[in-house]
Amino acid sequence: MPDTPNPDDKPRPERPARPAAAARPARPPRKPAEMPSEPWTGELPAALQERFGDRLSQTVLLGGQKLLVADIAAALEILTCLKQEHAFDYLVDVTAVHWPDKQEQYEVVWVLYSFASNERVRLKAALAEGAAAPSASALYSSANWLEREVYDMFGIEFQDHPDLRRILMPDEWEGFPLRKEYGIVQQDSDWVRENLKIESAQ
Amino acid sequence: MAETTLAPPEVQAETLLDSNEIVLNMGPQHPSTHGVLRVILKLDGETVLGTDCVIGYLHRGVEKIAENRTFQQFAPYVDRMDYVAAVSNGLGYCMAVEKLLDVEVPPRAQAVRVILTELNRIASHLLWLGTHALDIGAITPVFLCFREREEVLKIFENYCGARLTTHAFRIGGLQYETYDTFEKQCLDFCDLMEEKLKEYHALLTGNRIWVKRTKGVGILNAADCKDYGVTGPLIRAAGVEWDLRKAQPYCGYQNYDFDIPTAENGDTFDRYMVRMEEMVQSCRIIRQAVDALPQGPIKGKVGKVIKPPPGEAYVSIEAPKGELGYYIVSDGSLNPYRVRVRPPSFVNLGALDKMCRGTLVADVVAIIGTIDIVLGEVDR
Repeated sequence: MPDTPNPDDKPRPERPARPAAAARPARPPRKPAEMPSEPWTGELPAALQERFGDRLSQTVLLGGQKLLVADIAAALEILTCLKQEHAFDYLVDVTAVHWPDKQEQYEVVWVLYSFASNERVRLKAALAEGAAAPSASALYSSANWLEREVYDMFGIEFQDHPDLRRILMPDEWEGFPLRKEYGIVQQDSDWVRENLKIESAQ
Repeated sequence: MAETTLAPPEVQAETLLDSNEIVLNMGPQHPSTHGVLRVILKLDGETVLGTDCVIGYLHRGVEKIAENRTFQQFAPYVDRMDYVAAVSNGLGYCMAVEKLLDVEVPPRAQAVRVILTELNRIASHLLWLGTHALDIGAITPVFLCFREREEVLKIFENYCGARLTTHAFRIGGLQYETYDTFEKQCLDFCDLMEEKLKEYHALLTGNRIWVKRTKGVGILNAADCKDYGVTGPLIRAAGVEWDLRKAQPYCGYQNYDFDIPTAENGDTFDRYMVRMEEMVQSCRIIRQAVDALPQGPIKGKVGKVIKPPPGEAYVSIEAPKGELGYYIVSDGSLNPYRVRVRPPSFVNLGALDKMCRGTLVADVVAIIGTIDIVLGEVDR
């Protein structure tokens, strides 16, 4: 084969420098839009506000969805009241959100539904690191597994839960995957080495 | 002979049980657990005293992945949860993001969404029927069900190129316009399905073995369904006429005329009948949607960069297995701050212990089948 020079070896002519970004007209900074929020009025929020007063800090319609924000200490009482007095007989979901920059790092979220009135309500309560949330498992059996999952993923303890142990991760796993500081490639290397007999699961 | 004083019957029964109790491990590698589900059974002879589910073998951290992907990038991942009803998963996710963005989906896109979701409901129910019957010992239905399911998968393949994990929808509408023979194929499939359902009924509904194995097995009444958060065909079989497509219509379901099939006893046989009837109702919806398929754009006003304002939304749909909810929190960045999936399979499986207590060990297989779980969704 003739020894042809590879065109890639040739030094490339340097490109002219791009015009500086400042030359472009600066876009006016866009105002971040907010989700439409309006006060939620009616019989149910009025009854709840009267009963719980300051412990129920917000009753709003966020993007049209009914949302209650309350103290964690009052959460169980509110859930009991919603179930027994307002027929919210179906606990749809229990979950949490981690906000590491906030003073109370966690937000526990309950989603409730009432078959009688075809209504959905979301209850949120902020929870500090290390504090325990009340368990709704005595009220709703569905809370059992849902709270176990929250514990598994966030490390949030639920007081008076009958069987609080990990549900999706292995029992001996270290760390709580849905906390923000838990990296996506992080793993419990000791667990992996011991149980999967490999150095890394990635 | 010295007179012996007998303990009261409850105590007697208890001591008797203690002496016979055994613990039996079922799964995770068991053909009747529909994937990698492990159930630890506490038995007295053949009677189940209690169960403990060990799940998580298929846990991939979908919710964590979501936080590290943009809104569009995460959309294909949701198909991998309930992979036999991928279209429903995609619909729920897209609807939740559309709610955050406050975007209107054009009518044509909504109608096509309904058609594909209902086709997927039939496909999901067919897979359930085939495997459920197979678990109980009827081998033929699984071949028949897969034969009809294939027709649905062909429509999916023609529409978007994929058969199982379709990623058929996009945030704001659809990616693809329907193909030339789409309407005809859908209608042909409805004709075929209604014909073949008679065949299934002939095979199973009056079959003595089928009836004996399913009637009165795994009863869950309406109150228990609500208590355990059990939804979908299970709660309808217990007599609660509740379907999110009717209760809180989305995607234009209010425009279609269909019934919510219900039953009374809440046992395995009733759930079978409810799901069979749901397939008929899905065919009805597909026909109406195809007949009234509007013309027009297929995508709403969604930019290339999806950046919902800070906020949160919980949106749920009636997936083939029950209420599938997405709770999405946005902090105004490109990635969702938190995506929570409320999986129907996971919550429904929570009632397994309640349904199994007091039944025979052979019924556990029937009960796992009747809940209709997909482990990809249970474990996420």
